[in-house]
Amino acid sequence: MSKDTDAQRIVITGCGLTSPLGDDLASMRAALLRGEARIENIEMRHMGTVHAGVCHFDARRWQGRRELRNGTRAGSVAIYCAREAVADSGIDWDAVEKPRVGVYLGITEHGNVETENEIHNISQFNNDTRYWTHHHNPRTVANNPAGEVTLNMGITGPHYTIGAACAAGNAGLIQALWMLRLGEVDLALAGGVSESIHTFGIFAGFKSQGALAVHKDPNKASRPFDKGRNGIVVSEGGAIYTMERLTDARARGAKIYGEIVGYHINSDAVDAVLPNAERQTECMGAALAKAGLTPADVDIVNTHATSTPQGDIQECKAVRAVFPAEACPRTRVNNTKSYIGHAMGAAGALELAGNLPSFDDGLVHPTINVDDLDPDCDTGNLVLNEAADAGEVRIILNNSFGMLGINSSLVVKKFAD
Amino acid sequence: MTKEECKQVVLEIIEEIAPDEDLEGLSHDVRLRDQLDLDSMDFLDIVMELRKKHGIEVPEEDYPKLASLDSCAEYLTPKFNAVKAGA
Repeated sequence: MSKDTDAQRIVITGCGLTSPLGDDLASMRAALLRGEARIENIEMRHMGTVHAGVCHFDARRWQGRRELRNGTRAGSVAIYCAREAVADSGIDWDAVEKPRVGVYLGITEHGNVETENEIHNISQFNNDTRYWTHHHNPRTVANNPAGEVTLNMGITGPHYTIGAACAAGNAGLIQALWMLRLGEVDLALAGGVSESIHTFGIFAGFKSQGALAVHKDPNKASRPFDKGRNGIVVSEGGAIYTMERLTDARARGAKIYGEIVGYHINSDAVDAVLPNAERQTECMGAALAKAGLTPADVDIVNTHATSTPQGDIQECKAVRAVFPAEACPRTRVNNTKSYIGHAMGAAGALELAGNLPSFDDGLVHPTINVDDLDPDCDTGNLVLNEAADAGEVRIILNNSFGMLGINSSLVVKKFAD
Repeated sequence: MTKEECKQVVLEIIEEIAPDEDLEGLSHDVRLRDQLDLDSMDFLDIVMELRKKHGIEVPEEDYPKLASLDSCAEYLTPKFNAVKAGA
């Protein structure tokens, strides 16, 4: 967009991620184009075997053993992604003014893992709270993952997490966009992280809600839009971007992944868990309006759909309302959770990452595991099971929705002067 | 338990809580914090491990007695032996 001055235009200049599909963007993208899901069966305390998306990044690349012992998994995911993003950005980190760096990370929840672990720990000591660890509070404060990044990297600018349920990954990027536009920071490390597969409570909660996926083949368990879908596969992961004002990115000759040109967050205000198509429609529409775009301009809509029977239908209803296939011939709709499950607070940022390479290769990764398309989910422009060659991809709209009725849409444009 | 054995137990705990530290050649009469990168949370880890693994309680006012390996041995050896006798 050129309506903003270059100092108000915010671009993505580096990407660090860990996902069940790999620990860098190239690995993740290759698996997405191959149509290859990677979900595992893991043993969960009190629950037995569950499906989960597991990350296998080398935490020791950026952390000492004591740091790993004292910190949290979310902190470790965040440090890995932040360090990798900075490395990918090509920025001269030693020369960066550390008070001018901000860390803004979306989280769905934080502290459940550590609290469950301590409850288990003291249960081994007759529930004597003298055995409760002094690490509990620094591990469970809500800013923990972002704070661990600052400790590890010596960043002295602002850091905090944004609690936005499963809309959090987008919310982290939106927060960073504003802090850059306001001139509060010069470089933002922004995205989302999740350690949720280490808490039985998340799994048990979804199970009690009738929303935990079960399938004899774990790689088939997360199947948005398929008639046979029966719930969510919980995953861990993270994606963090370096974000800069276009003026700064240009000045250092940075590689630019894309420009964030539109965004919106709104609330359903009707139900704690059930999504609402009307508000989702408004959210996407408002994000496009801020970008100065029409629905027909959008090449890829990455859906939030989590493979629950009701949620997917609601979102598809909203997508149909905003992007009717007959009026939006360019628009293609896909989904990343069919490969990696639901990475919770990381989902928005991670799923955006999977689609960003489309700006370069013109391909749209498909939604996989759709053997029997639910007609209520047929938007008319779904990319199913095989990648589509769009020729050129210029605009991506990335949806992330969450509990308590929070909706977020982010619009990212292929960079052009 | 001898004082040397007691020091060994303390070193094993430190090795666990600060795995990146090199424990070779530590001076026994010099403060551990002057020789190793240990902070107050690490010291609380030592106190917790003594409680969990060995049933030894170190009241807060006695924390300074864990300053060096020598002072640890001086202070903790009777406690280890008392626990052993009690068991």
